Amino acid sequence: MSDLAIQSYLPPVIEVESQDELLEVAMGPHHPSTHGVFRMDVALDGERVVRLKPVFGYLHRNHEKIAEKTTYLASMPYTDRLDYFCSMTNNWAYALAVEKLAGIEVPERAEYLRVITAELTRIQNHASAIGFLLQEMGASGTPLMYAFREREIILDLFESLSGSRMMCNYMRFGGCRVDLPAGWLDAARQVVAGLPRFIDEIEALLTSNEILMARSQGVGILKPDLAINAGVTGVMLRATGVNYDVRKVDHYGIYDRFSFRVPLGEHGDIYDRYMLRVLEMRESVKILEQAIPQLPAGPILDPKSKPRGFRPKPGEAYGRIEAPKGELGFYLISDGTGNPYRYRVRPPSLINLTILEDMCLGQNVADVVLIFGSVDIVLGEVDR
Amino acid sequence: MLGEGILKGLGETARNFVGSFVSEDRLTTVEYPEQRLLPIENTRDFPFLVYDGADPDAGLRCVSCQICEKECPPKCIYIVKSTDKKPDYVGKPQFYPARFDIDISVCMSCQICVEVCPFEAIKMDTEFELSTDDRFGGLILDKHKLAKSNEHFQRIHPTEAAEVDARLAEEKEKVEAKAKAAAEAAAAKTAAESAAAKTAAESAARKAEDGSSGSDAEGVKP
Amino acid sequence: MKTSEQVLSELLAAMPEVKVSLLVNPSASAQHSLLVASEDALRVAAYLRDQLGYDYCSNVTGVDWLDKETTEKRKTSRIVLKQVDGVEQSVEETVEETVKRVDPGYLEAVYHLFSMKHGPTDPHPPLVIRMRTGNRSDAVELPSLTPVWRSAEFQEREIFDLYGIVFRGHRDLRRLLMWDEFEDHPMRRDYVDPDDYEYEPTPHDDVLKRAEQQRLQAAQGGAL
Repeated sequence: MSDLAIQSYLPPVIEVESQDELLEVAMGPHHPSTHGVFRMDVALDGERVVRLKPVFGYLHRNHEKIAEKTTYLASMPYTDRLDYFCSMTNNWAYALAVEKLAGIEVPERAEYLRVITAELTRIQNHASAIGFLLQEMGASGTPLMYAFREREIILDLFESLSGSRMMCNYMRFGGCRVDLPAGWLDAARQVVAGLPRFIDEIEALLTSNEILMARSQGVGILKPDLAINAGVTGVMLRATGVNYDVRKVDHYGIYDRFSFRVPLGEHGDIYDRYMLRVLEMRESVKILEQAIPQLPAGPILDPKSKPRGFRPKPGEAYGRIEAPKGELGFYLISDGTGNPYRYRVRPPSLINLTILEDMCLGQNVADVVLIFGSVDIVLGEVDR
Repeated sequence: MLGEGILKGLGETARNFVGSFVSEDRLTTVEYPEQRLLPIENTRDFPFLVYDGADPDAGLRCVSCQICEKECPPKCIYIVKSTDKKPDYVGKPQFYPARFDIDISVCMSCQICVEVCPFEAIKMDTEFELSTDDRFGGLILDKHKLAKSNEHFQRIHPTEAAEVDARLAEEKEKVEAKAKAAAEAAAAKTAAESAAAKTAAESAARKAEDGSSGSDAEGVKP
Repeated sequence: MKTSEQVLSELLAAMPEVKVSLLVNPSASAQHSLLVASEDALRVAAYLRDQLGYDYCSNVTGVDWLDKETTEKRKTSRIVLKQVDGVEQSVEETVEETVKRVDPGYLEAVYHLFSMKHGPTDPHPPLVIRMRTGNRSDAVELPSLTPVWRSAEFQEREIFDLYGIVFRGHRDLRRLLMWDEFEDHPMRRDYVDPDDYEYEPTPHDDVLKRAEQQRLQAAQGGAL
């Protein structure tokens, strides 16, 4: 359409003196900074990045096709393996989409359990994300190990609840799979009480660290209008100052019962993303401190839901939640049979990488590693 | 002052280093295999088949309904149904698996087989030291390797096992009560029938006494 | 924010010549969608973004609808001339005939839109827009909406890769997940996966049988 003037958001073009002098580097697929198998084809003019193309698919297993060939329930354990850091939120997003599709109600106790597990997930994800970011900055070990120490405590809670540290497979359509084991709530209360001390420790270790500031402030800047247009979500988006948190926007679950704030950045650089993760952990602790004492008694699963023979009426639904990495959505089309006709995951990790090129062009090659690390992705979700 | 933040961070690591000699909380690692963490009750890794009593072949709860085989997300279960039947825990004749294999190189420990099993026959184990030098055969568990006693289940998942045992006992009781009631009803029925026959015989006898031949009475037997 | 029906009427008021229609979703979610003709899609998308505030395109995906063959029995009545009692009369007669109808399949691109500008103050369901290709084999072109929403860039590449919809006007249309030399489109409903994976003696006998067959075939091929 030639008569139409559409304002598009395209990556900048970097001028180079001579195309022949460029050095082409394949960063990955086994580069230590790529969080898995992922490749960036980079063209360098000296130390400056003039071209960058991400290459995906090394971990592609066609999760969507597998889900279309099995029942609705059988896809639940597969969702654990999307973003294997946050299986609880993956479960929730999928359960939410199916509940929208079939119009299933969730009992109140189950809603609380979902909030508690999801916020614990958010804390451990952000802690590890900070750890990995610092690892890529060259702080090998300490921050990551501190983060993992705390993460392990939370994963122990998940294990005693669901049976598995990472592949929880905990939620079901219309509730959760099992109720809390004896003593779990006390253990959770203790963990939550210890979290502020850990966040203080991470902050004392890092927030005013001169090396971190020098490496991250003003690096990898993302502009808010590009971020919106490119569908960037989660911490990446809020670091640019756009106030958009699906917990506040969609009011899914019971999030409007808790008072918490949505921290916003103003520069959109790596340091803002680091800072926002710290602040979001504090907000999650706040939610947990409210949710755990309020937990009501009652059933944890909608009595009408059944494990086998689930056949929703024909139609479609898109359900989304605020996963730690951004907006995680599931789009389902039912044709009335036991298998979904179409099963689609909207992976925040993949879509947040759309602007990787824009952020890296013109920067130094050493900063590419950092910018990539600050996006916080998991390849299990990027490639699906 | 430049470097203040770095010094502050180093102070934090120093606190943890020194603290690890004083406080147990700051020592977070254990030296596996010499030291081990306490097992967590709900832990799951691979499924096993529960049997009652002492004989794994006779006591297997599985009735080979093949629901788990159908519902298993990665399709790692393979069942061949028996052609004959054997009595189950309530004494009802049931099929049993002639072959039951789980390929644990494919199994993803999701517990869906446990959830869908209507007979409490398959449960999750907690044994994780399963490494083997045989990549193919060593990772396929057959019926005999899978069968584990109910006592084992009670030991690894006491809470869940207690619930299951209570439920099964209740069901057994119900079945027994039902059988008893049925037996009683049958007995009552036969008693009533014999009573009816008796009265019929009596009336026939009376009829015979009334003047007809006695051979008629012999034909009416309960 | 407006409902899909309101958006539709507003679109038609602003641009009466575009072909847009409402598709009703019967499920509990009631997320209805707008079917947009591919030649108008770019204009409609730009209008939605710039005038109606749908600045955020969240999810882009493909759907494959196969050719649907329906047979129905239809009763038709017609007047025939017949000899009745030696006299020719016109008589009405009911004849039953089977009608076979093939609805051609198509590929669909589905876009889920939200508004980041209005979302926080005005919660709203997604606005779903769909485009359909002519068929599943040769008319598989659709206009790319990447110029309007950059977030569609990778997701349209993924659809191109897995479904085979060719997006006109995409700035870098290559396969995303599969390798460049791969030929088929694995998410299509009629895709048959190749029988060339590494056979392992899993307990599933049909895999073993297929492995045996392939070995036999290879042996025969070698003999010839």
